[in-house]
Amino acid sequence: MTTTTLDLKGLLCPMPIVRIAQAVKTVAIGDTIEALATDPGVLADIPAWARSTGQELVSIEKTDGKAIRFIVKRVK
Amino acid sequence: MSKSNSDKPRRLAIIASKGTLDWAYPPFILGSAAAAMGWEVGIFFTFYGLTLLQKEIHPQVSPLGNPAMPMKMPFGPEGFQNIQWPIPVAMMSIPGFNAMATGLMKKTFANKGVASVVELRDTCVALGVRMIACQMTLDVFGFGQEDFIPGPRSPERQPFSSSPPTPT
Repeated sequence: MTTTTLDLKGLLCPMPIVRIAQAVKTVAIGDTIEALATDPGVLADIPAWARSTGQELVSIEKTDGKAIRFIVKRVK
Repeated sequence: MSKSNSDKPRRLAIIASKGTLDWAYPPFILGSAAAAMGWEVGIFFTFYGLTLLQKEIHPQVSPLGNPAMPMKMPFGPEGFQNIQWPIPVAMMSIPGFNAMATGLMKKTFANKGVASVVELRDTCVALGVRMIACQMTLDVFGFGQEDFIPGPRSPERQPFSSSPPTPT
Protein backbone atom coordinates (compact mmCIF):
# COMPACT_ATOMS: atom_id res chain seq x y z
CA MET A 1 0.00 0.00 0.00
CA THR A 2 1.46 3.31 -1.06
CA THR A 3 0.55 6.96 -0.59
CA THR A 4 0.69 9.49 -3.39
CA THR A 5 0.84 13.18 -2.60
CA LEU A 6 -1.02 15.77 -4.62
CA ASP A 7 -0.58 19.54 -4.47
CA LEU A 8 -3.90 21.30 -5.13
CA LYS A 9 -2.93 24.60 -3.57
CA GLY A 10 -4.19 27.66 -5.46
CA LEU A 11 -6.70 25.68 -7.52
CA LEU A 12 -10.34 26.72 -7.45
CA CYS A 13 -13.55 24.84 -8.19
CA PRO A 14 -13.86 22.48 -9.99
CA MET A 15 -10.17 21.61 -10.37
CA PRO A 16 -9.56 20.02 -6.91
CA ILE A 17 -12.17 17.31 -7.44
CA VAL A 18 -11.19 16.94 -11.09
CA ARG A 19 -7.56 16.31 -10.10
CA ILE A 20 -8.59 13.87 -7.36
CA ALA A 21 -10.90 12.03 -9.75
CA GLN A 22 -8.08 11.72 -12.28
CA ALA A 23 -5.45 10.80 -9.69
CA VAL A 24 -7.53 8.06 -8.09
CA LYS A 25 -7.62 6.23 -11.42
CA THR A 26 -3.82 6.10 -11.51
CA VAL A 27 -3.31 4.39 -8.13
CA ALA A 28 -4.01 0.80 -7.15
CA ILE A 29 -7.00 -0.26 -5.06
CA GLY A 30 -6.03 0.09 -1.40
CA ASP A 31 -3.62 2.94 -2.08
CA THR A 32 -4.16 6.40 -0.63
CA ILE A 33 -3.71 9.92 -1.91
CA GLU A 34 -2.77 12.73 0.43
CA ALA A 35 -3.63 16.18 -0.89
CA LEU A 36 -3.22 19.80 0.18
CA ALA A 37 -5.69 22.40 -1.08
CA THR A 38 -6.43 26.05 -0.35
CA ASP A 39 -9.95 26.32 -1.80
CA PRO A 40 -12.37 26.19 1.17
CA GLY A 41 -14.89 24.61 -1.22
CA VAL A 42 -13.07 21.28 -0.89
CA LEU A 43 -14.46 20.92 2.65
CA ALA A 44 -17.85 20.29 1.05
CA ASP A 45 -16.78 18.97 -2.34
CA ILE A 46 -14.36 16.22 -1.35
CA PRO A 47 -16.78 14.45 1.07
CA ALA A 48 -19.47 14.75 -1.65
CA TRP A 49 -17.07 13.36 -4.25
CA ALA A 50 -16.22 10.41 -2.00
CA ARG A 51 -19.91 9.65 -1.35
CA SER A 52 -20.79 10.00 -5.01
CA THR A 53 -17.97 7.85 -6.36
CA GLY A 54 -17.89 5.30 -3.53
CA GLN A 55 -14.27 6.04 -2.60
CA GLU A 56 -13.17 6.41 1.02
CA LEU A 57 -12.38 9.76 2.61
CA VAL A 58 -9.92 8.82 5.36
CA SER A 59 -9.55 12.30 6.84
CA ILE A 60 -10.03 15.96 6.05
CA GLU A 61 -8.78 18.78 8.26
CA LYS A 62 -7.61 22.37 8.20
CA THR A 63 -3.88 22.78 8.75
CA ASP A 64 -2.22 25.53 10.76
CA GLY A 65 -1.92 27.69 7.67
CA LYS A 66 -4.65 28.37 5.17
CA ALA A 67 -4.46 24.91 3.66
CA ILE A 68 -6.78 21.93 3.97
CA ARG A 69 -5.25 18.48 4.12
CA PHE A 70 -7.24 15.42 3.16
CA ILE A 71 -6.56 11.78 2.51
CA VAL A 72 -8.63 9.60 0.22
CA LYS A 73 -8.31 5.88 -0.29
CA ARG A 74 -9.16 4.05 -3.48
CA VAL A 75 -11.46 1.21 -2.47
CA LYS A 76 -12.89 0.26 -5.88
CA MET B 1 -25.50 15.26 -3.87
CA SER B 2 -26.76 12.07 -2.38
CA LYS B 3 -25.27 8.65 -2.80
CA SER B 4 -26.59 6.71 -5.73
CA ASN B 5 -27.50 3.15 -4.83
CA SER B 6 -27.86 1.76 -8.31
CA ASP B 7 -24.99 0.84 -10.58
CA LYS B 8 -26.24 3.24 -13.21
CA PRO B 9 -24.37 6.55 -13.12
CA ARG B 10 -26.29 9.74 -12.54
CA ARG B 11 -26.72 11.81 -15.65
CA LEU B 12 -26.57 15.51 -16.40
CA ALA B 13 -27.57 17.35 -19.56
CA ILE B 14 -26.57 20.99 -19.99
CA ILE B 15 -27.64 23.41 -22.71
CA ALA B 16 -25.06 26.02 -23.74
CA SER B 17 -26.68 28.64 -25.96
CA LYS B 18 -24.44 31.66 -25.36
CA GLY B 19 -20.78 32.09 -26.20
CA THR B 20 -19.66 35.03 -24.07
CA LEU B 21 -17.04 34.49 -21.36
CA ASP B 22 -19.55 34.65 -18.51
CA TRP B 23 -21.75 32.02 -20.19
CA ALA B 24 -18.80 29.88 -21.27
CA TYR B 25 -17.70 29.05 -17.73
CA PRO B 26 -20.86 27.50 -16.22
CA PRO B 27 -21.36 24.57 -18.62
CA PHE B 28 -17.68 23.60 -18.52
CA ILE B 29 -17.39 24.00 -14.72
CA LEU B 30 -20.60 22.11 -13.99
CA GLY B 31 -19.82 19.52 -16.65
CA SER B 32 -16.28 18.79 -15.43
CA ALA B 33 -17.37 18.76 -11.77
CA ALA B 34 -20.20 16.31 -12.45
CA ALA B 35 -17.95 14.11 -14.61
CA ALA B 36 -15.37 14.07 -11.78
CA MET B 37 -18.21 12.88 -9.52
CA GLY B 38 -18.66 9.93 -11.84
CA TRP B 39 -21.74 11.30 -13.58
CA GLU B 40 -22.50 10.80 -17.25
CA VAL B 41 -22.52 14.30 -18.75
CA GLY B 42 -23.61 15.73 -22.07
CA ILE B 43 -23.48 19.39 -23.10
CA PHE B 44 -25.70 20.48 -25.95
CA PHE B 45 -24.27 23.49 -27.81
CA THR B 46 -26.69 25.59 -29.78
CA PHE B 47 -26.90 29.11 -31.19
CA TYR B 48 -23.98 31.25 -29.99
CA GLY B 49 -22.90 28.52 -27.58
CA LEU B 50 -21.67 26.62 -30.66
CA THR B 51 -18.72 28.99 -30.93
CA LEU B 52 -17.37 27.50 -27.68
CA LEU B 53 -16.57 24.34 -29.65
CA GLN B 54 -14.40 26.13 -32.20
CA LYS B 55 -10.71 25.22 -32.20
CA GLU B 56 -9.68 28.81 -31.44
CA ILE B 57 -11.93 30.63 -28.98
CA HIS B 58 -11.69 34.10 -27.51
CA PRO B 59 -14.92 34.59 -25.57
CA GLN B 60 -15.61 38.17 -24.45
CA VAL B 61 -17.73 39.81 -21.78
CA SER B 62 -20.12 42.66 -22.55
CA PRO B 63 -20.63 45.17 -19.71
CA LEU B 64 -23.27 46.96 -21.83
CA GLY B 65 -25.77 44.11 -21.60
CA ASN B 66 -24.89 43.16 -18.02
CA PRO B 67 -25.58 46.05 -15.63
CA ALA B 68 -24.84 43.91 -12.56
CA MET B 69 -21.27 43.17 -13.66
CA PRO B 70 -18.79 44.38 -10.99
CA MET B 71 -16.51 46.97 -12.58
CA LYS B 72 -13.29 46.59 -10.61
CA MET B 73 -9.60 46.76 -11.39
CA PRO B 74 -7.53 43.56 -11.06
CA PHE B 75 -4.31 45.40 -10.17
CA GLY B 76 -3.00 48.04 -7.81
CA PRO B 77 -3.33 48.35 -4.01
CA GLU B 78 -6.18 46.48 -2.30
CA GLY B 79 -8.18 49.66 -1.65
CA PHE B 80 -7.96 50.56 -5.34
CA GLN B 81 -9.00 47.05 -6.38
CA ASN B 82 -12.10 47.23 -4.19
CA ILE B 83 -13.42 50.37 -5.87
CA GLN B 84 -16.61 49.75 -7.82
CA TRP B 85 -16.25 52.08 -10.82
CA PRO B 86 -19.46 53.83 -11.92
CA ILE B 87 -19.08 53.52 -15.70
CA PRO B 88 -21.70 55.48 -17.71
CA VAL B 89 -23.68 53.28 -20.11
CA ALA B 90 -22.74 55.53 -23.05
CA MET B 91 -19.07 54.81 -22.39
CA MET B 92 -19.68 51.05 -22.56
CA SER B 93 -20.68 51.37 -26.21
CA ILE B 94 -17.34 52.91 -27.22
CA PRO B 95 -15.43 50.62 -29.61
CA GLY B 96 -12.87 48.60 -27.71
CA PHE B 97 -14.68 48.75 -24.36
CA ASN B 98 -15.70 45.08 -24.54
CA ALA B 99 -12.15 44.06 -25.33
CA MET B 100 -10.82 46.09 -22.41
CA ALA B 101 -13.44 44.72 -20.01
CA THR B 102 -12.67 41.19 -21.24
CA GLY B 103 -8.97 41.72 -20.60
CA LEU B 104 -9.64 42.95 -17.07
CA MET B 105 -12.06 40.09 -16.37
CA LYS B 106 -9.58 37.47 -17.58
CA LYS B 107 -6.87 39.07 -15.45
CA THR B 108 -9.18 38.96 -12.41
CA PHE B 109 -9.91 35.27 -13.02
CA ALA B 110 -6.22 34.47 -13.48
CA ASN B 111 -5.32 36.40 -10.29
CA LYS B 112 -7.77 34.29 -8.28
CA GLY B 113 -6.52 31.04 -9.80
CA VAL B 114 -9.57 30.16 -11.90
CA ALA B 115 -8.77 27.87 -14.82
CA SER B 116 -9.25 29.30 -18.30
CA VAL B 117 -12.25 28.33 -20.42
CA VAL B 118 -10.01 26.33 -22.75
CA GLU B 119 -8.45 24.46 -19.81
CA LEU B 120 -11.91 23.62 -18.48
CA ARG B 121 -13.08 22.53 -21.93
CA ASP B 122 -10.02 20.27 -22.29
CA THR B 123 -10.79 18.86 -18.83
CA CYS B 124 -14.36 18.08 -19.88
CA VAL B 125 -13.09 16.27 -22.97
CA ALA B 126 -10.54 14.32 -20.90
CA LEU B 127 -13.24 13.27 -18.43
CA GLY B 128 -15.46 11.95 -21.22
CA VAL B 129 -18.08 14.71 -21.26
CA ARG B 130 -20.05 14.35 -24.46
CA MET B 131 -20.15 17.52 -26.54
CA ILE B 132 -23.15 17.67 -28.84
CA ALA B 133 -23.38 20.31 -31.56
CA CYS B 134 -26.84 21.41 -32.68
CA GLN B 135 -27.14 20.43 -36.33
CA MET B 136 -29.81 23.02 -37.10
CA THR B 137 -27.68 25.89 -35.81
CA LEU B 138 -24.61 24.48 -37.58
CA ASP B 139 -26.53 24.74 -40.84
CA VAL B 140 -28.01 28.16 -40.09
CA PHE B 141 -24.67 29.75 -39.21
CA GLY B 142 -22.71 27.85 -41.82
CA PHE B 143 -20.39 26.03 -39.44
CA GLY B 144 -18.88 22.70 -40.40
CA GLN B 145 -17.67 19.93 -38.10
CA GLU B 146 -14.15 20.76 -39.30
CA ASP B 147 -14.40 24.16 -37.52
CA PHE B 148 -14.62 22.43 -34.16
CA ILE B 149 -12.40 20.58 -31.73
CA PRO B 150 -12.40 16.82 -32.38
CA GLY B 151 -15.20 15.02 -30.61
CA PRO B 152 -18.41 17.04 -30.93
CA ARG B 153 -21.15 15.25 -32.77
CA SER B 154 -24.48 16.29 -34.09
CA PRO B 155 -27.30 14.54 -32.22
CA GLU B 156 -28.37 12.66 -35.37
CA ARG B 157 -25.08 10.80 -35.47
CA GLN B 158 -24.74 10.06 -31.79
CA PRO B 159 -27.86 10.24 -29.64
CA PHE B 160 -27.20 11.26 -26.05
CA SER B 161 -29.29 8.32 -24.88
CA SER B 162 -27.32 5.58 -26.63
CA SER B 163 -24.00 4.57 -25.11
CA PRO B 164 -22.26 6.12 -22.09
CA PRO B 165 -19.18 8.25 -22.77
CA THR B 166 -15.89 6.46 -22.53
CA PRO B 167 -13.38 8.41 -20.43
CA THR B 168 -10.03 8.71 -22.10
